[in-house]
Amino acid sequence: MYVAVKGGEAAILATHDLVAETRRGDPAVPEIGTEQIREQLGLAVARVMNEGSLADSDLAALALKQAQGDAIEAAFLMRAYRTTLPRLGSSLPVDTSAMTVRRRVSATYKDLPGGQILGPTYDYTHRLFEFDLAGGEGRAPANVTPAEQPLDPRMPRVPDLLGDEGLMEPETPPNGDPKPFDLTRDPVEFPAERDVRLQALARGDEGFLLGLAYSVQRGFGGNHPFAGEIRLGEVAVEIVPEELGFAVDVGDLTLTECQMVNQFKGSKDVAPQFTRGYGLAFGHAERKAMAMSIVDRALKGRELGEAATYPAQQDEFVLYHSDNVEAAGFVEHLKLPHYVDFQGELELLRRLRKELEARIRREQDEASRPTANAKAGD
Amino acid sequence: MATADGRETMNTTTRQAWMGVLARATRGELEALVARAGVMPGYSVLKPAETGTIMVEARAGGTGRRFNLGEATLSRCVVRLADGTIGFAYALGTDRVKATLSAVIDAMLQQGANPVLAEGVAELRRRQDDARTLALRKAAATKVDFFTMVRGHD
Repeated sequence: MYVAVKGGEAAILATHDLVAETRRGDPAVPEIGTEQIREQLGLAVARVMNEGSLADSDLAALALKQAQGDAIEAAFLMRAYRTTLPRLGSSLPVDTSAMTVRRRVSATYKDLPGGQILGPTYDYTHRLFEFDLAGGEGRAPANVTPAEQPLDPRMPRVPDLLGDEGLMEPETPPNGDPKPFDLTRDPVEFPAERDVRLQALARGDEGFLLGLAYSVQRGFGGNHPFAGEIRLGEVAVEIVPEELGFAVDVGDLTLTECQMVNQFKGSKDVAPQFTRGYGLAFGHAERKAMAMSIVDRALKGRELGEAATYPAQQDEFVLYHSDNVEAAGFVEHLKLPHYVDFQGELELLRRLRKELEARIRREQDEASRPTANAKAGD
Repeated sequence: MATADGRETMNTTTRQAWMGVLARATRGELEALVARAGVMPGYSVLKPAETGTIMVEARAGGTGRRFNLGEATLSRCVVRLADGTIGFAYALGTDRVKATLSAVIDAMLQQGANPVLAEGVAELRRRQDDARTLALRKAAATKVDFFTMVRGHD
């Protein structure tokens, strides 16, 4: 039963002011601009775009500023804002083979066509503090010396290379190339198809997916993944407006893609092939894309005839728990008033204790009362 | 493509190319472009500039089943010039002023009567191509040159 209780308006208004003041911090320190967040905290911005499921770096930067850097709170702001916007349509499927590549590495082929392009990465840094970053003014601007020749813009995706030899499980659209399921519009049912799973993973919590991917690698999943390819860069997005009837290029999105290659699957009649997991994310989000690709492969177990023994292989478990906005909502709602619920439990507990005490007292009384036989024995 | 008075002006490929250039341009660049091309023509708004989202689709493995990656913000606008030419604009982001400007420029380019404007768009395109080439040259600087250490004794 819900009982309406009023009160706390003044306190709530005051907390709005106090959180704004707290967020601002020491007023003697210059306020951070959203452009600074967008340009200088790009990896945090990417995380908010992914988990907020809305690609817009300016909005994600604002969300991070408003949420004091809390990625999940920021994702929540993105999700809430999204619901106020009309849906104007869907894009054509993005073509990641036509990406303007800034980074592209493969852990499976040393000499692959197009080469290993390290791009902007922390992978080869020593993880030692660069204390001059704390200094602010007076640093030389960081600039890379461009090579004479640009990269060849055509850079084949690694699984497509292996696919040519028939060694790789092919990724082809099902008959009719159906429009994908949209979990923001329709309720998810289980078992969930691959398009549902990939959409859920793409907006899923990076930490949760990372933990699941790690569990797969540690033996709770039985896959042995290789990073077939990771690529980062800009991809053109196209829509076909009804009123025009032809494709219009609406600009570029930065995307990170991971093609994870896993051990073979074959049968008496089908020659063994490598199997695949796929990860794709907005912005530079390599850890997310990698974790997504490992979990995608684990969830493909059913299609490949594998037993779903471990959490990462169970679509219902993964899809119901990967959304951090929903998860945070349910965990954190516990701090809202539960006075009536708790009062009910408190009364129940008092009654149970009273009954127990009464029973013990009764038993003690009975034990101490001299019986007829004892009297006879005196 | 036919304008209201029936002139064949541009083919679709050419128009697609400039619409892509306009979508990638900043509002400031488009304002400078219009200023350079002379007076802004009178226009009526058929569909006021609005911001919404599009669902960005991708394919599993890059080539397989379609799935919804997530949404992106998009702004669009439709305008009509005095001679009936209709201009459209669609661009990622939330800039509705840019969408309106861009729709007007799309209509003017279809009229094909303003060489300064056409040249300005060509210059924007060169600037965007140069930026892409520079990014590819910077990435190329991080390309690994493998070499083999000779080991063992003959």
